Amino acid sequence: MEIDLSQFHNVFFEESLEGLESMEQELLNLEDDADKESINTIFRVAHSIKGGSATFNFNEIADFTHILETLLDQMREGERNVTREIIDLLLRSVDSLRHMLVKLQQGEKVDNSYLQLLHAFEKILKNEDYTSKSTDAHEAKHATRSTHEAQSPAPQTALKNTRWCIQFCPKNYILQTGNEPYRMFRELKGLGHLDSHVNLLNVPDFDQLDPESCYLSWTLTLDAEVEESVIREVFEWVEDDCDLTITSIASDEKTSGECEDKNRQSSTERQSNKAPPHVTGDLASQSESFTDTEQAKESASDNASKLITVKSEEKVTGSVKAPAAASIRVGTDKIDTLIDQVGELVITQSMLGELGTKFDMSKLNALLAGLNELEQNTRQLQESVMRIRMLPIGFVFNRLPRMVRDLSKQLGKKVDLQISGEATELDKTVMEQIGDPLTHLVRNALDHGIESVDERLESGKSEEGQLSLNAFHQGGNIVIEIADDGRGIDPDRIIRHAVNKGLVEADTELSHEQILALVMEPGFSTAETVSDISGRGVGMDVVKRNINNLGGSVEIDSQQGEGTRFTIRLPLTLAILDGQLVKIADEVYVIPLVSIIESIAYSSVVVTRIAGNIPVVQSGKEYLPIINLCDEFAIKTSNQSGQKALLAIVEGENRKIAIHIDALLGQQQVVIKSLDNHYQAIQGISGATILGDGKVALILDIVGLARRAAKNHDAKRQVA
Amino acid sequence: MSQIELNSTLIDVLQTQQRLDGAEELGSDDIGRKYLSFYIGGEMFASDILNVQEIRGWERPTALPNAPDYLLGVLNLRGTIVPVIDLRIRFGFTHWIYDKTTAIIILKTISESRERWMGCVVDTVSDVISCEDSSIKNLPSDGGTVDGLFIQGVMNVNQQGITLLNLENLLSLKLINHPFAGDLNIHG
Amino acid sequence: MTRILAVDDSTSMRQMVSFTLKTAGFDVVEAIDGVEALQAAKGQQFDVIISDVNMPNMDGITLVKEIRSLANYKFVPILMLTTESSSEKKQAGRAAGATGWIVKPFNPDQLLATVNKVVG
Repeated sequence: MEIDLSQFHNVFFEESLEGLESMEQELLNLEDDADKESINTIFRVAHSIKGGSATFNFNEIADFTHILETLLDQMREGERNVTREIIDLLLRSVDSLRHMLVKLQQGEKVDNSYLQLLHAFEKILKNEDYTSKSTDAHEAKHATRSTHEAQSPAPQTALKNTRWCIQFCPKNYILQTGNEPYRMFRELKGLGHLDSHVNLLNVPDFDQLDPESCYLSWTLTLDAEVEESVIREVFEWVEDDCDLTITSIASDEKTSGECEDKNRQSSTERQSNKAPPHVTGDLASQSESFTDTEQAKESASDNASKLITVKSEEKVTGSVKAPAAASIRVGTDKIDTLIDQVGELVITQSMLGELGTKFDMSKLNALLAGLNELEQNTRQLQESVMRIRMLPIGFVFNRLPRMVRDLSKQLGKKVDLQISGEATELDKTVMEQIGDPLTHLVRNALDHGIESVDERLESGKSEEGQLSLNAFHQGGNIVIEIADDGRGIDPDRIIRHAVNKGLVEADTELSHEQILALVMEPGFSTAETVSDISGRGVGMDVVKRNINNLGGSVEIDSQQGEGTRFTIRLPLTLAILDGQLVKIADEVYVIPLVSIIESIAYSSVVVTRIAGNIPVVQSGKEYLPIINLCDEFAIKTSNQSGQKALLAIVEGENRKIAIHIDALLGQQQVVIKSLDNHYQAIQGISGATILGDGKVALILDIVGLARRAAKNHDAKRQVA
Repeated sequence: MSQIELNSTLIDVLQTQQRLDGAEELGSDDIGRKYLSFYIGGEMFASDILNVQEIRGWERPTALPNAPDYLLGVLNLRGTIVPVIDLRIRFGFTHWIYDKTTAIIILKTISESRERWMGCVVDTVSDVISCEDSSIKNLPSDGGTVDGLFIQGVMNVNQQGITLLNLENLLSLKLINHPFAGDLNIHG
Repeated sequence: MTRILAVDDSTSMRQMVSFTLKTAGFDVVEAIDGVEALQAAKGQQFDVIISDVNMPNMDGITLVKEIRSLANYKFVPILMLTTESSSEKKQAGRAAGATGWIVKPFNPDQLLATVNKVVG
């Protein structure tokens, strides 16, 4: 049957690349803690890639992963320790495999650069003087492409006889392995003429008969011009579960009785065959060709090693680039929502259709209501479709731990990377383009921000530098912050350099922000400390330009000696928020669910007033300012009389406040719409959304409100 | 409000919208430009039809924080959030109501290559009229009063004086006195 | 129609096996690990089970043991997908009650030949 295996290639590439990502993560985890589960996962990845690549004839990858699998198998069986050297080699293997897979995916040939790593692994495997079985088997495979053929025993004798006497005595439990003697006989029949004689001697009395056991044995006579190995292969699966004797008879001996006698003694010999014979067999016969190929490999790997050193820098750069995949993985929940909404659209359409058939003006109302409904359905559908392209920024963030690890090692610095907000979603195309700028900023932080261990200790900091990556939604934007607690930017140095480069006039008055912004001006680069990893200043202007091209902005905030923070703001095609709907003074507002700590009944609290007549409520050990939005927002309402039922305790930027609300309504995911399309941003509000009934609800800016409360408090304190 | 009254209002709205669309297709021909006329505080005003995005019936907008009294809030227009100002309040009229004839005209302007919409509440929508440029008397746009700011000129149509609105000023965000709005420094 | 359960955590392998068998006229259900496979086996009767050895959540050997403990699967042929160098795995599989094995890598024809050995 002709089956084209190439239709499965792409799936194989995708799943292998994914597997490598997970392998990389687990390897990084392994550095901190030798966890058995991690090793198992890593093994399975190598195993899967090996299986698939061999099946689809990607031989280089198959060879490479085979040795990885061998090593990993030892590790997971506890026969080999996890060492730094091995983890390092494995991480480099991940890079190499990624490289090879991408090449194959693009239809190009794979080069030999992986051979150097392969040799390194071989050395390790040999050094430990582990049982030669695994390495020998690998070498044998390396020399030949034998796969299935290797399974059948090497031809032991060239004897081809026409008549065979087969004594088959299966053990009782043979049926319980799912094997069925009849099938084996059927196969034998396919080889030639078969005569069988069943032996009932061992069948017990009826009352002792276990229907699930086999008590029969057979003497078979096969007339076929085949080698013994072919017959043996038929019984291969039950080798250990039976007594099997195969003898050839001269074609003139016809009595099966003689058959039995001759074979009785040799039956026991057959049992000892445990190890697959093909291993030793192949080695012996093919040792010559093996040495030839070995030599050929040597010279190839010499060239390869040169290739590797030159390419190493490129690899560090390249490793973080997320290849733009032509397909997306979509959560089934998004698809389900889509299906529901299409369903609603269909209902609305049929309702309108019906109205249209016999329309008169008395139905105008219904028509307008239907049109309104149509608008809602279409809008929701549109939003859902756009949501499909939204992916968590974690996909880009995931590449960074590895880069940070490698780079910090290279620089001899200690860095602790903290990532948060990986689940924050953004459009796929934006994400593909933000990878490079992000990488550059992280490298910049590592290279120029975080100081060496000595320098840090000297300035009273912990020896481990803190690098944090955070992402969150704000209004119609996604905000990405990259912050370090390193040496910060020296403003004087910046000015001096900028003046030197002719970017500013010598005596210009510049604000702190303006000075910092100079770093991203084109033409600004501190030539004296251009390192090979990320030239300072070189590329910063490119980063800014790339972000601007996406319609976003980037800001620098830095304090000398304390650290630096880059804030990237990107507009979103669609931003989703988990929101808690609340009723405040006849209007519905949305509070981001993530900021809500709890809600308590107003009647149950004691409200005290502190300096400046600010009402506060006690929560735990803290006093939280109470925010009355009617006052804050100058909203006139009929419900002024303080019928405030609840207080929502919320938190923004580690500041807690309590907001008066009349009622808690439902929780739902809302699509964040910006106010600045047709109006402008407003303090206290981070965006708006359209509710199910078509009305607009404003989303409260908790961080902003909390900051305002803090400011008020400070201000009033000063006055008092 | 009875069903019939509601229906007829809505019919009016629809028909006006129709004429609006028709007018846009015709463009300006030799009988002058097209304008949409409407009533505010009993007086007739007009706006170039090319600046009219659409006409909606009255719907209460969602209030915005700290907004001036003429800025009623924001509305959902097919998924877009649009601010709404009440022109009666804006122009200093003392009496106004919201009833079945009240309409919201979505006017649009283009500033900095960006199209911006704003809903304007009026007593009622009137008709699509034509007027030649020669029949329009322009007023100096920096006229001392607030009125002067928002008025482009006066049109003479069928012996009637119709005030032509200066949309650039009327829809200008800068001229909307909204504390805590505008260019925000997010960092506090 | 003969119903086959194909278990492998590698999507490409699963697809290849499934496609090959379906083209040959078999009814195929896929599972990504031992847990899913056991669930599927309990849900409907399969005539043959083909499973990889190394999978998360429940590996192949454990799966064989679990399947054999079900009354209606005592004699159903179970084929393990193994790599050529792991004879211990073959032993372990047999000890657990597996019927036989298919060595990876295999091509569609080899797969079909082996499956036909245990069918009918």
